[in-house]
Amino acid sequence: MRDFYGVTLDSPLMLGTAQYPSPAVMEAAFRASGASVATVSLRRETGGGQAFWRMIRGLGVHMLPNTAGCYSAREAVTTARMAREVFETNWIKLEVIGHADTLQPDPFGTLDAAETLSAEGFEVFPYMTEDQVLAQRLVDAGCRVLMPWGAPIGSGLGLNNRYGLKTLRAAFPDIPMVVDAGLGLPSHAADAMEMGFDAVLLNTAVAQAGDPAAMAEAFGLAARAGALAAKADPMAPRDMAVPSTPVIGKAWL
Amino acid sequence: MRIEVNGEMQEVTAATVAEALTQLGWGEAKVATALNGEFLPAAARAGQALQDGDRLEVLAPMQGG
Repeated sequence: MRDFYGVTLDSPLMLGTAQYPSPAVMEAAFRASGASVATVSLRRETGGGQAFWRMIRGLGVHMLPNTAGCYSAREAVTTARMAREVFETNWIKLEVIGHADTLQPDPFGTLDAAETLSAEGFEVFPYMTEDQVLAQRLVDAGCRVLMPWGAPIGSGLGLNNRYGLKTLRAAFPDIPMVVDAGLGLPSHAADAMEMGFDAVLLNTAVAQAGDPAAMAEAFGLAARAGALAAKADPMAPRDMAVPSTPVIGKAWL
Repeated sequence: MRIEVNGEMQEVTAATVAEALTQLGWGEAKVATALNGEFLPAAARAGQALQDGDRLEVLAPMQGG
């Protein structure tokens, strides 16, 4: 099994901590999902940060701080350095956003920041498009995990480019990959896992569901089901029907 | 002197970043700091003198996706 910078995860689900109706609902969602990783961020301290810190530590999951909202490599690098100190981890979900409407990653800024951070000992999880050339550049820069998007952040559209994701998966068989962003339903998570991805990362689909804890459980089960299916070596689809019940021995009626 | 803390001008008598954090009530808090756009490690706060007009960012763990 591919690991994440030496860490093997109990569950292939990585869950965000934002946008829940309340901290209690977030906690319930985490417990129900069995998620092994929680994404977190750094923002100006206005009073809630310390309580959030205690709660998130109580969940007993790996923390993956992000650089969400950064539009330049310089901003992202500084944020990452601050996050490493606060969250006491070398893991960083590198987000360098290139477009305010699509929240599409800026590939040039992402690569630039990934090079700097990898050289400083960070273990970078770059949020990226499914671009294969960018993937190679990020691997060359020292990234040992890649995080292609499924669809734009918060859109819930699922896997927008299955062909591109499949190609990317096949091109880097040794690199752990997480489909990050755009998932809306557990079936999207199962689909990504069945395609051979190593984890899925989502937030809005759970946090904004009518019943976040139930949806979290559903995503946890779907991700596990998909992972199990991928390991079980799925059959190849075919265009023609093939009877599953033996023809030989059928009665002459 | 006046420094900018998280985007707001504040009057402080602190000579260093460490002293300023204590004055602002973040002495023991889990926060990361940046001074004038550059990361300032916790270990360097006590030795970092403040100057009028400095821009201090004090960030804490927060929800994220």
